[in-house]
Formats: sequence, C-alpha cells, structure tokens
Amino acid sequence: MSTKVGFTIDGHAVQGEPGQSILDAATMANIYIPHLCAMRGLSPWGSCRVCTVLVNGRPQAACTMPIADAMVVENDTLELQDLRRSLVEMLFVEGNHYCMFCEKSGNCELQAVAYLLGILSPRHPYLFPKRTLDASHPDVMLDGDRCILCARCIRASEERDGKHVFHFIGRGAHKHIGVNAPDGLAGTNLHVTDQATGSCPVGCLAKKRVGFAVPIGLRLYDKQPIGTAVETGQGSTTTR
Amino acid sequence: MADNSSVNRQICERFGNDKTRLLDILLNVQKETGCVAPGALDDIAQALALNRVEVESTATFYAFFSRAKQGRFVIRVCNDIIDQMHGMDRVAAALRTELGIEFGQTTADGRFTLVYTPCIGMSDQAPALLINDKVVAQVSTDRVEEILDILRATGDLEQITPTLGDGNNSHPLVRSMVVNNLRERGPVIFAPPNPTVALRRAVSEQPPEIIKTIKASRLRGRGGAGFPTGMKWEFTRAAPGNRKFVVCNADEGEPGTFKDRVILTEAAGLMFEGMTIAGYAIGASEGIVYLRGEYAYLLAFLRDILVQRRRAGLLGINIFNKQGFDFDIRIQLGAGAYVCGEETSLLSSCEGKAGEPKTRPPFPAQKGYLGMPTVINNVETYCAAARIIENGPAWFTSMGTPGSAGTKVFSVSGDCSRPGIYELPFGISVADLLARVGATDSIAVQVGGAAGRMIGPREFKRRFCYDDLATGGSVMVFGPQRDVLRIAHTLMDFFVDETCGYCTPCRVGTRLLRERLGRFLSGRADAADIDYLEQTSKTVKTASRCGLGQTAANPVLSTLQSFRNEYQRRVHGNGVFLSSFNPGKAVAVAEGIAGRPSVHFGSETGNKPGTKQGEVES
Repeated sequence: MSTKVGFTIDGHAVQGEPGQSILDAATMANIYIPHLCAMRGLSPWGSCRVCTVLVNGRPQAACTMPIADAMVVENDTLELQDLRRSLVEMLFVEGNHYCMFCEKSGNCELQAVAYLLGILSPRHPYLFPKRTLDASHPDVMLDGDRCILCARCIRASEERDGKHVFHFIGRGAHKHIGVNAPDGLAGTNLHVTDQATGSCPVGCLAKKRVGFAVPIGLRLYDKQPIGTAVETGQGSTTTR
Repeated sequence: MADNSSVNRQICERFGNDKTRLLDILLNVQKETGCVAPGALDDIAQALALNRVEVESTATFYAFFSRAKQGRFVIRVCNDIIDQMHGMDRVAAALRTELGIEFGQTTADGRFTLVYTPCIGMSDQAPALLINDKVVAQVSTDRVEEILDILRATGDLEQITPTLGDGNNSHPLVRSMVVNNLRERGPVIFAPPNPTVALRRAVSEQPPEIIKTIKASRLRGRGGAGFPTGMKWEFTRAAPGNRKFVVCNADEGEPGTFKDRVILTEAAGLMFEGMTIAGYAIGASEGIVYLRGEYAYLLAFLRDILVQRRRAGLLGINIFNKQGFDFDIRIQLGAGAYVCGEETSLLSSCEGKAGEPKTRPPFPAQKGYLGMPTVINNVETYCAAARIIENGPAWFTSMGTPGSAGTKVFSVSGDCSRPGIYELPFGISVADLLARVGATDSIAVQVGGAAGRMIGPREFKRRFCYDDLATGGSVMVFGPQRDVLRIAHTLMDFFVDETCGYCTPCRVGTRLLRERLGRFLSGRADAADIDYLEQTSKTVKTASRCGLGQTAANPVLSTLQSFRNEYQRRVHGNGVFLSSFNPGKAVAVAEGIAGRPSVHFGSETGNKPGTKQGEVES
C-alpha cells in the first residue's frame, strides 16, 4: 500500500493519502474547514476561497492544495476566520439573498457557514444586482439572485450525470450560470433526479414544489451547525 | 441567418473543426459576420462537437466578441489613465457628436460602432484608438472628423493613415502610423541583430548544456514575476510527457506597457530564435505566440517572419540538419482580455476556452497547454535567452545587479517630455530614469502597471530590480496637476472590468474597493473607511486565486502606503455620524411623494451631487 503523508493542522498531527487535498485529509481526520464550492464526489474547483488556510505561512485553498509531508497548516485562527467572514459577506452582498423567505433556509450552506462564522450583517454594502430567474423547466428552477458561482452544478452535470447542462457565461461581475440551450432550462436534458439538481449549496438551483416539505425549524442546520458531522466523525455530505 | 450558417461552418472547417481553435473561429466569425450571434453558437457547437453553452462561455468572455451585430468599423477608444490625461474625453465627445451615438451603440446605417477599451499599448502616443485592427495614435478632435469623413467617403481603412511610423511600422505588411519611440537601445534586446548565431550555437550543444547556460546567466522572467528562466526550462525538460510546448506571452495588457509592441516590431526574429532554442532545450517541437488582440495589426508581419524562417530552415524539420530537432511556431491571437496575460489563463485561452486561470499546482511546467509540460515566458525573456546563448552568461551577468542580471526594457509614459522605450541595465534608480525621460516635477510614479505599485518622491531613490521595484516594464509618470486617488480609482476601474470573476475576492472585492475609494473622491469618506480599505485589500490580496487577483488591490494598498495623507485629508465627519449617509437624500423620495420638503431635512436635499442613497458603483 501507499505510504501515508504526515502533516499538521493547527498543531494536530494528521495522516493523509498521497495526492489528497488538505480539505479531504482534514475531513477524514474529523477537522472541519469551512468551504462552499467544494463538494464530495466532485473535482476540486477553488473559487469561493472560503477554505483558505495557511500552508507553511502562505495562503492556499485547502480544497485544491495537495498535502505534503511535514506541511504546517493553520486553519482555525482569528485572522483566517475574519478572512472567511469577509469572503462570505462578499457572497451575500454580491447576490440577492433573502434568507427570511428563501425555501432553502435551514438547508443552505451559505447561511450555515455565515452563522458558524458569526456573521450578523455584512461589512460590505449591498450591490443589488439584476439577475434573472429561469422557471421554464417543469421540475427545476434556476434563480440567479441566489447563485454564488460555485460551479457545483456545472461539475455535477458533467462529472456525475454525464451531461453538460451548465457552464459559466460572461466575465467578471457579469459572470453567471448559463444553460445548454438558447431558451432556458426547459430546452436542456436536465432531469429533476440528476445529481446536478441536488448539488446547489444555496437556493439557486432548486426542485419545484418541495421547498417546504420539511418545515423551517426542522432542517439540517436548524439542528446542528454546519461542520458538526465532520467533527463528530459522521462524515460529511459536502466534502469529498 | 441561413447564409451566415454556411459562413460559420466554413470557418470551422478552415480550422479543421478543432475545438482548441475556438478562439480563432470566433474571431473569424466576428470579423466576417460582424457578431457572434446566438445562431452561430449552435453552428459552431455542432461543427466542433462541443456543447452550445461551452461555445457561449468562450464567446461571452472576451471583449472583442459581440452578440449584437457591430458596425463595419468598430472604433475602440482607449480609456486608460494615460489616455484620460491626454485628452481622451475630448476625442470621445467628438466621436459621439460626429456619429450621433453613445458608447456601446452602432450607427443606424450599420457603419460605425463605438466602444471603450482598456490600454491598447500606445501610452507613449496617447490618446489612441483602434478602428478594427488599425491603430490611430495621437488622435485629436480634428482628426476624428477627418477620419470619419474619409471612412464615409471611401469605406477604406487604408486611407486614414496619413504618414507611416518609423522602422518596421512602415513595412508593407504593417503599414501603421504607430511610432517606436525607441529612446535608448541597450545591448541585449535592441542591439544590432546577429540572426541565427545563437540558434546555430545552441544546436551544437546538448540541451542540458543550454539550460545550464541560461541558469548561469541568472535570467529571470521579464513579465514581472521574475521566476528564474533556466529553472523553468529544467522543470519542463524533466517533466514526463511525449509532447511539450513552448509558449510566448505576447499579451502585455498592463496599463502603460508597450515594450512588447516595439520588440515585436523590431526584434521579432530574436524572440522566435529564443523560442526555438527553448524548444531544443526542453525537447518541444511546437511553439505558440499568444499575441494580444490589440496587436492584430502586427499579425501578417509576424507570420511572414515565420514563413521566412521556415524557408531558411530555422523552423521545421531537422533544423540545421540536426536529426530529430523539429520545431515550428504558430501565432494565437487574443480577443481582448487582460487576465490572459496571467500564464495559466493564457493557456486556457490557447485551448479555446474562457481565459480563466488553472488550478496550481500542477504548474505549467508539469501540466500546461493541453495538459502537457509547457514553458511559458515573456517576449523579452525569449529575446534575452537568445542573446545569452549568443554572448555567454558572463556577458549577461556583467550587466545589472547580482539579483537582477542584464537589462530591462521600460515603457515610460505620462507626464514626461520623452515617453517611449528605454532599455537600461537593472538597478537604475527611479530618479535616474525620470531624468532621462524628461520628467521634472513628478509627484508619483506607477511602477508595473495597475498590478504594480504607486510610489512618491521620497521613494524615487529606489531601484528597478527584482529585489526592490520589480516591474514588467510599465512606468507611468504623474506630474503635480494629478490626483493620486483619482489615478488609483481609474486603475480599480480597470480591475473591475478585467477580473475573470472565477474567485470571490477578486470578482467582488475589486468592486467594493472601487466603491469605497469613490467615497474619498466624492467627500463622503469617514476615518473608518481607511480601515475598511486596508482590511478588504488584504482579503483580496490573501485569498485570490491567481496573480491578477493577488495584485488587484495594489492601487489601493500602495497609495495607502505611500500617499496616506491623501486619504486622511479627505476624511470628513466627526467620527460620530456617517458622512456616507446623507439624510437629505434619504428622505428625497418621500418628499416627492408628500409633495413638500421635509420639516427636518428639507434644506439639505440634494446638497451633495452623486451621493444617491444605495448607490454602490461609482
């Protein structure tokens, strides 16, 4: 068998497999590193930057950085937590996130990470973008207001469903999720049971007619903060 | 639509229906049909066996592609800081008046489209604009009228060039009014050429010897980051892979940079020679020059040099009869995206994708173009490498400083009497350079473009070298009439437009920084805003994914460092009330509904222009 890679996270010795990312190795070791674009079973992407850690003093995204012997990783520091707070706040002000009446509330990873980091209100001013809603598909809707550009749907569709329903369109502030048809989601071969549909961490890509099947108050992160599953060794639904 | 479909398919066929050539295909579709229409996305996707949304992703990433049909003449007005200082506004106003359209629009007769574009590499002859591929430099409002008259009367772009520039600018395949402004020729890049000497010497040695020579010369990347070139070549040579690539980054987009323009015009042979030597050294047989779309006017000329080199046996099969040494070069034209100067974005772009950076590691030396080991260097670096092989490493290290051997080509623009190209040994001080360029009372110098840093007079004794002031070559000089915060704001505009949007801090942080900087310019800043700028800059610098993002906060960070008083003197308020909150404005809508001024705030209504409540973009 392959030899293990030994390194430390916040002083704790961690063993991982060669080629594994810091995020994956940390998860296996029951250490939670906050993240949003990374998802179990999808190739790493590194766009949200919420999982930024210090590797031998240098900032790196834990989801894309492979582990190496004797690496010194800093994760849970005041400075990194504030950096993550600032990044998550950026995601909030960049879109239009109406948690109080969003059907994803309580199951939303953006909201859950925000609560975990202790965000009450963003330090940044709201940008109030104009974004579009695509409700053309009979079973799935795509609400640009809530997109955080994590590319999970793009990757899930390609890597898990063997389709290519989504891709980014545009550049910079104009970047948004596009679909593989000129006339919206209805024109694509997306099926409600596709893994892409369930991959969205926020309320952007959502199944129709099931939004409130589980009442608010009884939802995933209503019961325990995000990361608890990792820390208690019950694995994670969101990391590799 | 039907006839465009056949045009689109023919274009795809011309590029062998090869999806890695998508950028070329889109450039040609844009050129021949005036747009990349929704229907074209379907045609191209079908021909290349791509998904429509993938084609759309590339087509919507680059500034030169347009969904709506553009005019026969697309006028791109360069709006970088130097052009703004040299009367761009007047030129822009003249164009709007003459054409009767706003920026972003096309005339009703379908002849003219008017748009802004970031730095086009003509800061030494600003204000400048592009009409299709043609550069119009030092344009005045009178010239605007004249040019439009000629184009309306003749429809011939060739008629608008009054006189041709110096050197190869007047070559029949260039025919441009651009001038070189080559003020000081150094011994490395602009010394008289000795064609083929370096390449002949290279093939007489074993590839590892070449790498050893480059390492001994202590040559470092001239694009700005300064990675040791020999080491890069060594890594790529050692990386496993039966197909390797040599890529040249000729996508200089850093505001105020134009040195590659002049090198490409006057020393392209040297650059191709350096690339060929790199190919020999790392065991590659394919080279790509990524030429920024703004320099398309040099394309035919550069291709002709490649043809001549093939004829002379300097490219192709068994170069210099060296069995197994095959190498050829193609030129990939860009399509208007600064981020493609970032090396992994450039590779994505060469592959026909949106110019987004790749995840590192792996580095290009391990997995670059098409996932193969790739050496990627700047135009100037390849030229220097060829000269080092020609003259030896000792000759090279005898110039410059211990950490920064050789010379550097500077492009100087702004408030000085002799803007242009200066090839000087590394280690020269800012003050020395300013004296040479005829800048007498400078208050600030922006070193290294928007991604670089702004320094004040107290720092003019600092030196240009990797250990002090590193630069890809851009030096923008500002006189006492300029406002450094306004300059920083313009540089932030640039990043807001040019961020690829892949990662959160760069995509969102650049806009937030620009907005907060705007508060200082409009008199709405509080003391806390300085802390905010500092914190948010740090977030952008620390957390961004690529070199663009990590430097995108530099206009703010470096002015905070060198011109802090400029921020402090603009702070208003008593620290208790937020001066960014204007109660008069806040109640204005309610006043409108009530039909009377507010009893408490009525007198303040509209007292500060441009402070619309909730306004974020400034």
